[in-house]
Amino acid sequence: MAVLLFLAQTLRIAIPYLFAAAGGVVSERAGLIGLTLEGYMLGGAFAAALGSYYGHSAWFGVLAGVLGGALLAVVYGVSAIRFRADQVVVGIAINLLAIGVTRFFLRLAFGSSSNSPRVTGFGGEQSGNGFTALVANPMIWLGLIVIPLVAWMLYRTPFGLRVRAVGEHPAAATSVGVPVTRVRYTAVILSGVLAGLGGVYLVLDQHQFTDQMTAGRGFIALAATIFGRWDPSRVGVACLLFAAAETLQIQLQGAQLVPSQFVEMIPYLLTIIALAGVVGRAVPPAALGRAPE
Amino acid sequence: MRKLLVLLAVLLLVHGAFLFVRPSGASAARTQADVNVGIVFDVGGRGDKSFNDGAYVGGTRAERELGAHVRFIEPGDGSDRESGLRLLAAEGMDLVIGVGFIFTDDITQLAKDYPNTKFAGIDFAVSSDRYGNPILPPPNVAALKFREEQGSFLVGALAALESRTKKVGFIGGMDSPLIQKFEVGYRAGVKQVCPRCTVLVGYAGVTPEAFRNPGKGKELALSQYGQGADIIYHASGSTGLGVFEAARQTGHLAIGVDADQYAEAPGHVLTSMVKGVDEAVYDVIKLVKEHRFKGGIYQLGLAEHGVGYVYDANNRALIPDSVRARVETLGADIVAGRINVPSTR
Repeated sequence: MAVLLFLAQTLRIAIPYLFAAAGGVVSERAGLIGLTLEGYMLGGAFAAALGSYYGHSAWFGVLAGVLGGALLAVVYGVSAIRFRADQVVVGIAINLLAIGVTRFFLRLAFGSSSNSPRVTGFGGEQSGNGFTALVANPMIWLGLIVIPLVAWMLYRTPFGLRVRAVGEHPAAATSVGVPVTRVRYTAVILSGVLAGLGGVYLVLDQHQFTDQMTAGRGFIALAATIFGRWDPSRVGVACLLFAAAETLQIQLQGAQLVPSQFVEMIPYLLTIIALAGVVGRAVPPAALGRAPE
Repeated sequence: MRKLLVLLAVLLLVHGAFLFVRPSGASAARTQADVNVGIVFDVGGRGDKSFNDGAYVGGTRAERELGAHVRFIEPGDGSDRESGLRLLAAEGMDLVIGVGFIFTDDITQLAKDYPNTKFAGIDFAVSSDRYGNPILPPPNVAALKFREEQGSFLVGALAALESRTKKVGFIGGMDSPLIQKFEVGYRAGVKQVCPRCTVLVGYAGVTPEAFRNPGKGKELALSQYGQGADIIYHASGSTGLGVFEAARQTGHLAIGVDADQYAEAPGHVLTSMVKGVDEAVYDVIKLVKEHRFKGGIYQLGLAEHGVGYVYDANNRALIPDSVRARVETLGADIVAGRINVPSTR
């Protein structure tokens, strides 16, 4: 039983990471740095709260959340692709923008600077601690298949091939007639949609939006993207690994076996180790962060 | 090139000149009221359902009952806070209040620049010297601190008396001495009435983000409820909203903090440990109006009504009279000094 509870909690914590990291893979494989995942998640989360509150249905929340994430991705795409701005700088700006915009509209729509009123989510009022709550939540199912879906798209479809080509060698892609700009826009918007879904999950699970509620999950997802060496299945495993570490930290806190400071370090520590090349070589997409000529 | 240098030199001169400008002309904003008060809110501003709203209630009450003129400033992130305070001080306000411990350094600095203005800091962080003695703030600063451990002690006793499983939980935000104070007081309260009870403790993290992570709060709470706790007290900002969500989902009880949080999960909030920010703001304005203001450290505990717990029409049904009487007795013991509540581990 304890094992099952552990797995269930790991899964619940992993779902937002899986969504955002799936977005991270798509964006980075197309050559756009995924620093903006945190912002997409927050934007998606707030839009989901708006949609679910005014639409009185969790599915409206999902729809709105997807749009919210995509909207921020368009801003990022236009600055980084059309205007060739430095992706790191714009990325940081997008994250700050997401914090400011959500807080502003939170005040405007709900008259509060801390949280939205209660919104409709999936599942009943008292769904308990166990598995009924898990099974009844379609966002969990969606989160479980998102990584396989992205893997299939990247490796088995023409569009995936173009995404990879654009991220590795845009000039070569252009020479064989791949519309580089269009592929990049599509990829970055898709990453906004996916990461936005991570925010949607958080809001529908909490039944409300809270100021800056993503609390750095987008950066952990980015760490998972890098630790998983930009390969969807490895990235999925990395997300589950980070979530398991967090679950362990939650369940061991009473015992004081490991300092919680240490557990919080794990994702970043592993990322540094991965980048330093200790476990195999981590080779990012060759054109990552560069605007094509 | 020379043009550029000249331009730079001119800009530098203008910049230097501005350093000597004190916006004394701004004192026009001062009104004819006996007492002019400026309040600068912490991040979040009004609508945070906690600290800032409490200060707002206290400020408006002072306007109504004392005829004070109160001006509120809501800063954005970062350095706006300091300039908000400075603006109010330069306008010649009698009293400038900073809401939140984050204002500590700014107030200490400004109090030296404006020795004739009175300052008050809610949750002002008094530092101590090498020997552990508190360093007094400047003489025109009132450091308004709350004895959270006393209020936490009472809700701890209440939780232990109400618990059926003899297991209760505590969830803190950022693992820091400020929050450990809540945990220590709570634990002492539990042990006071039920030495055999267990207290499960969880913290959401080690960075300020741990105060706004409801997802983590919910998981921590689900885990503690799963381990048999039936009441959880949180001191974790909006992370605690996740604790309420977990209480709602599993049909257990939770205890709120800072303000009355009953509305977050009606029927699942046993009580809330409240800090009297509104009282503190009102009282300090009153002291200024009556020319009785004195700088120094104010420790607002149960005796001063600085802290307490909610007992009203909403949660009366959850708290039997015998339990209520026992907790009230404990409160009286603390006020009388018969019980000394620890504040550090």
